[in-house]
Amino acid sequence: MMAVNLSSPHGAALEAAGEVAGRSLWQDAWRRLRANRAAVVSLIILAIIAVASIVGPYLLPWTYDEIDWDHIEALPPDFALGHYFGTDSLGRDLLARTLFGGRISLTVGILATFVALFIGVAVGAIAGFVGGKVDQVLMRFVDLMYSVPLTFFVIILMVLFGRNFILMFLAIGAVEWLTMARIVRGQTLALRGKEFIEAARASGGSTTAIILRHIVPNVLGVVMVYVTLTIPQVILLESFLSFLGLGVQEPMTSWGMLINDGAAELEINPRTLIIPAVFMTVTLFCFNFLGDGLRDALDPKDR
Amino acid sequence: MSPPLLQVRDLRVHFPVRTGGVLFADYTPLKAVDGVSFDLAAGETLGIVGESGCGKSTLGRAVLQLLPPTSGAVAWLGTDVDLADKAALKARRRDMQVVFQDPLASLDPRMTAGAIIAEPLRNYHPELSSPDIKARVARMMEQVGLLPAMLNRYPHEFSGGQCQRIGIARAMILKPKLVVCDEPVSALDVSIRAQVINLLMDLQRELQLSMLFISHDLAVVRHISHRVMVLYLGKMMELADRDSLYRAPRHPYTRALMTAVPIPDPDQERAKPRAVTFGDLPSPLSPPSGCVFRTRCPKATAICAAAAPPLEAVAAGQLVACHHWRT
Repeated sequence: MMAVNLSSPHGAALEAAGEVAGRSLWQDAWRRLRANRAAVVSLIILAIIAVASIVGPYLLPWTYDEIDWDHIEALPPDFALGHYFGTDSLGRDLLARTLFGGRISLTVGILATFVALFIGVAVGAIAGFVGGKVDQVLMRFVDLMYSVPLTFFVIILMVLFGRNFILMFLAIGAVEWLTMARIVRGQTLALRGKEFIEAARASGGSTTAIILRHIVPNVLGVVMVYVTLTIPQVILLESFLSFLGLGVQEPMTSWGMLINDGAAELEINPRTLIIPAVFMTVTLFCFNFLGDGLRDALDPKDR
Repeated sequence: MSPPLLQVRDLRVHFPVRTGGVLFADYTPLKAVDGVSFDLAAGETLGIVGESGCGKSTLGRAVLQLLPPTSGAVAWLGTDVDLADKAALKARRRDMQVVFQDPLASLDPRMTAGAIIAEPLRNYHPELSSPDIKARVARMMEQVGLLPAMLNRYPHEFSGGQCQRIGIARAMILKPKLVVCDEPVSALDVSIRAQVINLLMDLQRELQLSMLFISHDLAVVRHISHRVMVLYLGKMMELADRDSLYRAPRHPYTRALMTAVPIPDPDQERAKPRAVTFGDLPSPLSPPSGCVFRTRCPKATAICAAAAPPLEAVAAGQLVACHHWRT
């Protein structure tokens, strides 16, 4: 619910009371998002996980790659030794590894998704709005990219540029934007025929202005939902690439790799699976709630 | 005498419509507007009436350069518009604005009323500061009968009439010389309709506007227009001063339109003479030969199928395209 409902009589009185400051879509969206409890809680949890991932590894007594030779077997949680979540089967501190893995997973997830978001929205909106030959060329390029197998694409990138963390964002982003572009193009085609677009043209708007001012804000709702689906997908994709030896390498780690390792010793040592899995699940849940809240917040009709 | 504000000469807008072909499509031109000419003086209102699908809206969009004409010319203050010259086109659009039929659909649902009204200003006066823009928007809102305090509301929070006022405010904020009103009141309640019509007429007086008023409502057109054009299947049937047209319509189609208006008295309504039309509107893809109206015209004879009637001046300021206008 909103803090101040402008449609209510009380709101109207407030409005009539005097000068009303202009508001933008973003200010409005932020106000509505703050009123959404699930989204706010998700945002806070995500912030805690993010801060813990960034700062946490510096504060722990053990680093992510340090082997406790005295406890080379998987140690249950032991506060005296500073292994708060115990160690993995090689005697490395599980909490340190989980937090460090969070760094990698969150960075890849968020950055790659934003790369995909920007390219996808730009290409989709231009293809859909300009249409004609531009649309044909852009969408055929998307089709072409779809037909390139991901692993093959990544291997080529690795061979050309060497193994590189940044390259992973680019590789994943370069694949994920394709679907985004198609979704945005479809939405744009539906919007293009609307009268308010024609009105914008009649009032002197250039193509760029119309795309930025009218098309993009109107496709954001759908895009936000897709973004929240993409972040988890990218985090999983990263673990798949790492498993193939194309992503991060031991002793570096990510949530996907930790879960992978944990799954191998599920029967003898379920702790090594459950702990990173809980972190990842909570994060993904939070992204979904946040995305839901963002979609609602960006739609003025949904008050 | 200075040239008229707007001169439209033999304007044609044809859309290719796919009518068959298996591998390679066959296209037939749909003649939405076919050879329309008229002048519009400063401060004048030209009403354009006709059935659905007769090309009224297409004509309006072609005048605004929102649709490229197939042939013909639209001259503004005596000079032609070059569609390829983007800067010239943008400068031209400053003076021509449009009010649409569907009040809600013509407003961006994600923009507040204030942002919508301010949009033309931002396009043409990027140098204005936001307090300036806000002040002008507030003044404009007052002028069209909206409370300036409502500038933060979204279109869906307004009624249809208020949305149409926002649309009018957006069209008027640049003080244009010509406003094309594309059925601006068709989607509104009768009570609101009168308010919006009167608002348009007030603004016309204040801003010395010319208007192209497109409608299928003859009463509304009579109220607001100085001259009226009757369109049928993209062709001009009759163009006359309002009073001559409503007093003495010459074209059988105009007569049929006039008598189709119901009179709110059942006895008179039953007793009134009716000009007859037969059947439905023919497909605009294959219009009848000669006079396009002949298939539905009570006066049609052999000549009507053979030759299209030219526009004849039958009285001062009254043009009719009919072989049988004398009878």
